[in-house]
Amino acid sequence: MEFKRVGVLGAGNIGIGVVTDLVLHGISAVVVDISDDILTRAQAAILNNVRCVPLLSKTLPRITNDEAKQRMELTTDLQDVASCDFIIENVTEDWALKKSVYENLDRVAPPEICLGANTSCISITQIASATTRAANVVGIHLMNPVHLKPTVEVIRGFHTSDQTVDTLLQLFSVLNKEAIIVQDMPGFVSNRISHLFMNEAAFVLQDNVATADEIDMIFKKCFGHKMGPLETADLIGLDTVMRSLDVLYESFQDPKYRCCPLLRKLVHAGHLGRKTGRGFHVYPEG
Amino acid sequence: MTARTTEPSLSTAEGIKETVRGFILSSITITQLRDDDDLFDSGIVNSLFAVQLMTFIEKRFGIEVGMDDLDIAHFKSVNATTAFVLGKNGRPGSP
Repeated sequence: MEFKRVGVLGAGNIGIGVVTDLVLHGISAVVVDISDDILTRAQAAILNNVRCVPLLSKTLPRITNDEAKQRMELTTDLQDVASCDFIIENVTEDWALKKSVYENLDRVAPPEICLGANTSCISITQIASATTRAANVVGIHLMNPVHLKPTVEVIRGFHTSDQTVDTLLQLFSVLNKEAIIVQDMPGFVSNRISHLFMNEAAFVLQDNVATADEIDMIFKKCFGHKMGPLETADLIGLDTVMRSLDVLYESFQDPKYRCCPLLRKLVHAGHLGRKTGRGFHVYPEG
Repeated sequence: MTARTTEPSLSTAEGIKETVRGFILSSITITQLRDDDDLFDSGIVNSLFAVQLMTFIEKRFGIEVGMDDLDIAHFKSVNATTAFVLGKNGRPGSP
């Protein structure tokens, strides 16, 4: 299958990474969000990502600013994704919002088009239930920064067809990404486990067992992880981590997923991690 | 009288080096950093920090990092970054 145009819903952190990856690999992206301001900021971030590719990757394609711009169509009209070959949804981790988006998307996109649900924790089967094409809905858990991460967790919902999985794998083949396919449960493999680490790290900090630096250093220097759990939470965005924990708590009804009060407090204080310059750590303005 | 902090001069090699070192130290968890320590190979920061450092020197020194300059080797240490800024004929940016 040829992918000429891919629809990308949501131009936040992950959406920006998805569009970066698509345009780098010669695929045009129709980027949808709710305001021109968000789209303008997203375009600037995408162009900066494209520009910095030589600094961060030896293998990704190099393209010019103009080429990247030509491969991006920014819009606030969902109808504009109707002619896309595949659609990737990256809206905020909020079930009410996702449900509404999928109901509208289902009306707009031709019935044979596959929808990739990029979610941190919400069940793919649940998301698919908001459409009349459950077989064409597949879960995609892309890691941040998307264009620099070679592997993706792919989630097969209850009704996801083999053909839909194959279509997604063909798209990932163009993007040089490997997929690890898992079954559907909230949080899948990655976030069901990683969010426990991040949340418990926040509790350890809250209990004054160690500083944020020390907690992260233990993971990096003792376990050999590239990043510590608090740095990872800052990179993801503390608001997203909090919402994911809330989804896991609600889904499993298990207190082990209750969100650390310190994490919630930072979110309410507007300290959301790297994107606001402060989270568990402080990030000087570059 | 208003108290003033002394900022390093951006027109001398030592001032540029001090500014670069100050930014790096404000971004990492260790307090001791030698000017030739490799930030990336040593695991002090991950490669994403190169983008932060590059953005900082563009703004602080008023230089533009072109496509041909986008090599992580230019930003791997205090010395390398200082040499890069000097090589670009760095001039002070707006305060």
